[in-house]
Amino acid sequence: MSAQAAERDLTAIIGLEVHVQLETDTKIFCGCSTDTDDADPNTHTCPVCLGLPGALPTLNEGAVEAAVKLGKAIDADIPERTRFHRKNYFYPDLPKGFQITQYDAPICQDGELEVGTADDRRAIGIERAHLEEDPGSLQHVGGSIEDADYTLVDYNRAGTPLMEIVTRPDFRAAEEVRSFLAKLTSVLEYLGVFDAERDGSLRVDANISMVDSAELAGEGGPSDDVLEAANRTEVKNISSHRAAQKALAYETTRQRNQLERGMAVAQETRHWDEARGVTVSMRSKEEEKDYRYFREADIPPLEVSDWKDEIPIPELPDARRERFRTEYGVGDETASKLTSRKAVADLFEELADEYDAALAATWVADNVLGELNYRDLSLDDVADRDDEFERLVELVAEDEITAKNAEEVVLRTMLDEDRAPDEIVDAEGLGKTSGDAVADAVAEAIAENPDAVADYHDGEGDALNFLVGQVMAKTGGSADPGQVNELLRDELAQA
Amino acid sequence: MSLNAFITETTIQGAADGPLDGTTVAVKDNISTKGVPTTCGSKMLADYEPPYNATVVEDLLAAGGTIVGKTNMDEFGMGTTTETSYFGPTKNPVDETRVPGGSSGGSAAAVANGDADLALGSDTGGSVRAPAAYCGVVGLKPTYGLVSRYGLVAYANSLEQIGPIAPTVEGAAELLDVIAGPDEHDGTTRDAGADADYASAATGDVDGLTIGVPQELTDGADDRVVERFEAALADLRAEGATTVDVALPSCEYAVAAYYVIAMSEASSNLARFDGVRYGTGGGFDGNWNETFADARADGFGDEVTRRILLGTYALSAGYHDKYYKQAQEARAWVKQDFDETFADVDVVASPTMPVLPPKLGESLDDPVQMYLADANTTPANLANLPAISVPAGDADGLPVGVQLVGPKFGEETIINAAAAVEQ
Repeated sequence: MSAQAAERDLTAIIGLEVHVQLETDTKIFCGCSTDTDDADPNTHTCPVCLGLPGALPTLNEGAVEAAVKLGKAIDADIPERTRFHRKNYFYPDLPKGFQITQYDAPICQDGELEVGTADDRRAIGIERAHLEEDPGSLQHVGGSIEDADYTLVDYNRAGTPLMEIVTRPDFRAAEEVRSFLAKLTSVLEYLGVFDAERDGSLRVDANISMVDSAELAGEGGPSDDVLEAANRTEVKNISSHRAAQKALAYETTRQRNQLERGMAVAQETRHWDEARGVTVSMRSKEEEKDYRYFREADIPPLEVSDWKDEIPIPELPDARRERFRTEYGVGDETASKLTSRKAVADLFEELADEYDAALAATWVADNVLGELNYRDLSLDDVADRDDEFERLVELVAEDEITAKNAEEVVLRTMLDEDRAPDEIVDAEGLGKTSGDAVADAVAEAIAENPDAVADYHDGEGDALNFLVGQVMAKTGGSADPGQVNELLRDELAQA
Repeated sequence: MSLNAFITETTIQGAADGPLDGTTVAVKDNISTKGVPTTCGSKMLADYEPPYNATVVEDLLAAGGTIVGKTNMDEFGMGTTTETSYFGPTKNPVDETRVPGGSSGGSAAAVANGDADLALGSDTGGSVRAPAAYCGVVGLKPTYGLVSRYGLVAYANSLEQIGPIAPTVEGAAELLDVIAGPDEHDGTTRDAGADADYASAATGDVDGLTIGVPQELTDGADDRVVERFEAALADLRAEGATTVDVALPSCEYAVAAYYVIAMSEASSNLARFDGVRYGTGGGFDGNWNETFADARADGFGDEVTRRILLGTYALSAGYHDKYYKQAQEARAWVKQDFDETFADVDVVASPTMPVLPPKLGESLDDPVQMYLADANTTPANLANLPAISVPAGDADGLPVGVQLVGPKFGEETIINAAAAVEQ
């Protein structure tokens, strides 16, 4: 083959293995809590998840339910019977020397997930999705895994339920992978089985091969022969949607350059180095691993068919998007934006039901998300401030402040200075009718307190202070006391 | 001279009263006892003290039993003579030059010697029944799923059950009453058999009972053993039972299938002994794999090492179908053979062990010969069935045991028949 660079019409063929942590109260095979975020190492453990001699796993039905929900959401076949196997290998984070996983009878088979791509929506095939246990986590002290002084092991994570989702090689570009992961986590979040904010809740391995685009002509994707011939590279250590896109864009370009220079792409495992933004070849070429899978006799086969019909799933992002379009008259793109995260959709729907749908859509999809995005935040970061966003939209809806002020002053100050909308409106004097409101309160206070008015006219100084207090109470403390004082004197002089 | 029946002598006091009030119980050293060493007869766990009790230990203590010690055993249950223990062999109280059988040899010897009223053993391929036969006591392996395995250090988890050892059938049945029943910590336990009254079943009334006798399990046995076995059958017939010949052709493959499955499972079950969390460590030289290998080479004895290596081989890519899968097919055949047989008979009888207790040291040099001694006991483990060994007199002053196998959860039937043999 010529070493001369030659442009070739190449297409990337990408498939994923995605590990997601399922959000359950307890671990998959014991009663230990999974809420380990701020816990000291090895405090959420018991004989079972530490793999002590004699301990036995008992299956957490909550994890099975979560898996069934995902299976229903991706329209997968859920077999009547499912069972567990042991995957045997030695690693310090693996307490039993084997991982309990599923092998020949996964709980979900042959599903699909529709994702938006550059020009249309496309179904990505999901070959299988199975349940397994997470190992513990390692902390290398004094260096990397290669040169650390020593390594600490924390088994808090050991036994957290994981779902391994294996896609078909249906992706053609890095952006599609990002869309898929966003959609997948969105669906999981709608199902209430996933916490995107939890560290390590999403881990992705990607297989990528570059093939001549001509091989892909026609329906049905690349043939097995084509995939076989293209050397497959596995990229590991991807832990976010963004990282997936960056790693695969990098890897696609690297392989394309390699091939265009007439060099072969090695079949190897590469590691995504997030800090440097590159993939690196894993130094030691791992030999073909033999995991000696065999049946886990400690967990009897599970008859899922008995109860899968009784496990309901909620409205999912696609259905909610369509409903927003028809029910609220929201445009397609806005509806997608509003439904990608459940929290966003919930906020929109609450506002749209209370005020005007178009106003709510603009505020949530454009203003709030826009300003959050600009600050590299998500709605999760301000999850406890829904009431404040609602109040802000109320102020606009009730015409108490201008839309321009609401967005450019109030919203931005809310996010930058962590202050409540009313406080900002008052401090900045943005209230359209604030002067009138104080004047009304002054008039009311005078009308309601003839005795105090009489006392004032009799020259009792305390009477004015009493009336100021009344006005302050009526305005909820938002009026300026000096201004109130002045207004009262003026009014009383005329009375 | 001590029999070396115990690895740890201790006193764990049970509840103030209960069915085992005033009863002393010896517990095999692979059954977890909180704060008391549970060594499995291995250097690997010589200093290991579990932070929790096995479910059966909780049961014993709640029933008022007093645990008097942890008994010697073949390392991790891997042996038929209690000679592979890191803590030295146990001697047979009937003849101290002979082995007590295994792997629960310490438990059987303690009961036979009167050191404990009752004992718990575990039976993966005959490890309760073999020592019971050799020591002249009663040993019962329950149906798989009748007794919780939570806290039993696994050797071959699809095959094994904890079982009682006692001087009498009724004593064994009383202990079974205490430990039987479902456990939320063991997903393989079942409700079946939990409410039975096993002690009351030991009546010995065998009138009308049909006993199947498979030729396969007496062929090749020592003549002196066969003679005692035939005498026991004659006694049963005299009590009104009927004996019929049955065929269990699959049993020819039972020992081979048993060892492939048990070793395969052992290779996985014993993987956790890597020196990271407990047990002997491998030091701090080399990478993780080297450290694990050092810890394991240092902690495991020869027989355990042999079984882990063979089991790893049997599960490996390229050999899995030839060994592990074939063994599973043989196991299914054994189950089917018993299912068909129990359509016609109530129990299946055979000698427990085909030979009399060997001399100490005789078996260690020839593991295959030792494995073959399990020919009659392993089928019940492969088929998940209950089986009991009951003394049937002596030959040349050495005990002979008769084994009675019942259908699934048929413990009451075999207890009743065993009581008749005992009388």
